[in-house]
Amino acid sequence: MSVVLGFLASIGFGTRRLLANLGYGLRLFLRLLALLPGALRRPQLIAQQVFFLGNYSLSIIAVSGLFVGFVLGLQGYYTLSRYGAANSLGLLVALSLVRELGPVVTALLFAGRAGTSLTAEIGLMKAGEQISAMEMMAVDPIARILAPRFVGGLITMPFLAAVFSAVGIVGGYVVGVLMIGVDSGAFWSQMQGGVDVFKDVGNGVVKSLVFGVAVTFVALYQGWRAQPTPEGVSRATTRTVVVASLAVLGLDFMLTALMFST
Amino acid sequence: MTLLPKQPLVEFDAVEFGYDVRQVLTQVSLRVMPGEVVAVMGASGGGKTTTLRLIGGQIRATAGRVCFDGRDVGAMRHAELYAARRRMGMLFQMGALFTDQTVFENVAFALREHTPLPESMIRDLALMKLNAVGLRGARDLYPAQLSGGMARRVALARAIALDPALVMYDEPFAGLDPISLGISARLIRTLNDALGLTSIVVSHDVDETFAIADRVFILGNGTLIADGTPAELRASADPLVHQFVRGEPDGPVSFHYPAAPLQTDFLGTQAGRR
Repeated sequence: MSVVLGFLASIGFGTRRLLANLGYGLRLFLRLLALLPGALRRPQLIAQQVFFLGNYSLSIIAVSGLFVGFVLGLQGYYTLSRYGAANSLGLLVALSLVRELGPVVTALLFAGRAGTSLTAEIGLMKAGEQISAMEMMAVDPIARILAPRFVGGLITMPFLAAVFSAVGIVGGYVVGVLMIGVDSGAFWSQMQGGVDVFKDVGNGVVKSLVFGVAVTFVALYQGWRAQPTPEGVSRATTRTVVVASLAVLGLDFMLTALMFST
Repeated sequence: MTLLPKQPLVEFDAVEFGYDVRQVLTQVSLRVMPGEVVAVMGASGGGKTTTLRLIGGQIRATAGRVCFDGRDVGAMRHAELYAARRRMGMLFQMGALFTDQTVFENVAFALREHTPLPESMIRDLALMKLNAVGLRGARDLYPAQLSGGMARRVALARAIALDPALVMYDEPFAGLDPISLGISARLIRTLNDALGLTSIVVSHDVDETFAIADRVFILGNGTLIADGTPAELRASADPLVHQFVRGEPDGPVSFHYPAAPLQTDFLGTQAGRR
């Protein structure tokens, strides 16, 4: 009997904690949205974060984009050549990148590179009582620390995704045209004719904006709620990668279904 | 003409506070008058830091009232609380300096956030505060390049940047070498008198604290067990105060954490040992 009661109690406790965390997360998210106009009035703080998040992620994004482009060029050529459609390689590479791989892979890399550093930075600030010190100086740490980072992540993600896609297309060109010998004119003209600015590129940008919100918020939330101990910060950093990656993949499915269903 | 009696800057009225099931403070009442250096002392985990967090409104009393300058901190709204905090400075145990900013930027932080002063004036004010703690020459260093004593002096300069009415010190002497400890203690007293502050010092260090404090509150088991001037407390016949002031291992506060009798652990059967 006591085992059953214990089991039921643990379910109840877990559910209550989950709901409490969701509620706290929602309140923090709404608070960040409300603080956006104020954050935009201090562009220097946002510029620092764009530099910190974007510049340091640029190399990993560019290198990853290049290799993904290489693989797309190679795999695309093998598959398309079976149907005699190798000239459409440029279109396949571009659509794959701007619609899907650009936003998604960038967001996953961003979670691993910038998201973890955001979580660790805020968690360590908490452990070092810097957040408490700021509160005692009558400075709202959500407005001063979280909001500029949130805006910075939001701005950075579409640019990083654009870099990823652009470098990926170059990678596809190098493998498809320069190494395999697909016709250069066909590669570019098919891409130009088949990629729609609004439906393909525009929706890709919308995706990367949504992923930017999701990944940056998850990273900030985990840092903000981290236990102020080395183990707590370590666990929070791991949770950032896991939760942000799953959120990106889940959101991607929903957005793809909404955007490209017709 | 009659002079009005001075109003306490900080007042605890039957304050209680606890975390979940653990009661930290029970029926604590105390007053801190303007201009005083007051020490809050007691055993570790006795609620000393909690008193500072209650005054700063970072936590709220579960019963009773904590007043700052006559106003109940627990009843303040967000904006009122932040306005009150602008009149408080807090020195955290390890300094809590912003590690991504230089010493100068740390001290200038509150000035930049709260005042519309031009950068040239902020520079002069921040350097004056740093000069007061003897670290004007360390303005370009980062917190990682400072010793523990220097970091706390920078934190002190930051705490007094906005010329607060009250400065709270959380364990300002912990982990300092004797020279830094003496410098820090004298600095607290000197700044308090020179700038017309009121200071609350939470500390374990009896000699240094008694040397600078006007009055001392001793907390034990979550209640206020004694208060008075350092001389009064040194002469106290209360066994708990006597033990605390002289740092004796035996007395009302036991050296040993509650445990089974010695015979159980050392002379009992093998089965009874763990």
